[in-house]
Amino acid sequence: MTPDDFTRVIGEALTAVAPEIDPKSIEPGVSFRDQFDLDSMDFLNFVIALHKKLGIDIPEADYPRLYTLDNAVAYLASKAGAPRTADT
Amino acid sequence: MPTLGSDMEAGTLVEWMKHPGDTVKKGDVIAVVDTQKGAIEIEVFEDGVLDRIVVAPGTKVPVGTVLAQIRGTAPSPPAGTAPQEEPHRSRVSPMARKVAADRGVDLALVKGSGAQGAITREDVERAAAPASAMRTAIAAAMARSKREIPHYYLSTQVDMSAALTWLRAENEKRPMTDRLLPAVLLIKAVALGLRDVPELNGYWVDGGFRAGAGIHVGCAISLRGGGLVAPALHDADQTDLTTLMRQLQDLVARARAGSLKSSELADPTITVTNLGDQGVDAAFGIIYPPQVAIVGIGKIAERPWVVSGRIEPRPVLTATLSADHRASDGHRGGVFLAVVDRLLQTPEAL
Repeated sequence: MTPDDFTRVIGEALTAVAPEIDPKSIEPGVSFRDQFDLDSMDFLNFVIALHKKLGIDIPEADYPRLYTLDNAVAYLASKAGAPRTADT
Repeated sequence: MPTLGSDMEAGTLVEWMKHPGDTVKKGDVIAVVDTQKGAIEIEVFEDGVLDRIVVAPGTKVPVGTVLAQIRGTAPSPPAGTAPQEEPHRSRVSPMARKVAADRGVDLALVKGSGAQGAITREDVERAAAPASAMRTAIAAAMARSKREIPHYYLSTQVDMSAALTWLRAENEKRPMTDRLLPAVLLIKAVALGLRDVPELNGYWVDGGFRAGAGIHVGCAISLRGGGLVAPALHDADQTDLTTLMRQLQDLVARARAGSLKSSELADPTITVTNLGDQGVDAAFGIIYPPQVAIVGIGKIAERPWVVSGRIEPRPVLTATLSADHRASDGHRGGVFLAVVDRLLQTPEAL
């Protein structure tokens, strides 16, 4: 998958949690929580949506790496390309 | 028309989900009603057969009005009959359709936020104009609370080290979809704490305290279009953490999609409001009448904490209690907060 693919999937996961979000409006370096007023439950559901869409496990300790679009794209790209056993 | 809160005076029947002659069981969704809190699914209070529909769709009636007549106990279903399923839901909720028609909103242009992308009333309202009915309902309830209820306020700081350490280890063992949030531990601790101080769990009605039939914790949930609702997690003291987490996820999703059930809005015996995600240190809530208490949860933050004469950084939160002084005294409120604190020190037992 390309960075654009990950950006699209992240946008879909965010809109699944908060339908009012326009994926085109996401600011790459600003945390999703601050941009879209997400709470803990929203963020958990966002991570679960990524897990379901991409089929990758995301340890709780890695959640901070999903706080912004830039970081999330980089993190997901590294996860998608890495062996599963190395991630957990 | 059941009352779904002290501030509700009337509701509009939107759609019948059952028809005359249908067998109904306690808890079945029988109708959808539009209230100031959005479209609510009305549940049946007893088993039987729907005999007659009294109120037609589109009719606004006051609380207490008979909506339909249910006859006797339902005959046993034939052997092999599958359990009743939830009524079929269209991709556009009935209320959303009505609101769209009333306000001239083109449903083709509305993005659905409900289950399987169903368009909800809130989706339509968001597309039309911000509604103020919920604001009015909140204003009425909160003004009444401050006018009638002599609140007292207490707070305590809780060391969350044990709870978070346990939670981290527990979540590592769980599948991603079953991970727990700290909020669930807090809700469970509040529910169990109420067993020790039952005078905080119930209602002040007709000049006296009436204990709740169970411990049904109302969870304040903010809505994306503004406003909030506080539906119940029923029997939270008897529910394991995994189930409680799933119920909370479901409740938040349905609250924001506008598909709560009548019992969820009518049954809370206490409310918990958690503003930690907003960075709030301590939340002192206003009691939702006729309830007699509300628990406030602040953010978990690293604080200096004295342990055995030494200062250590510990994750700490401030838990508060706003309670009705007619129903309880500060001493008992203090006991309750102390019990909640103690319970959170042994999270594995929650």
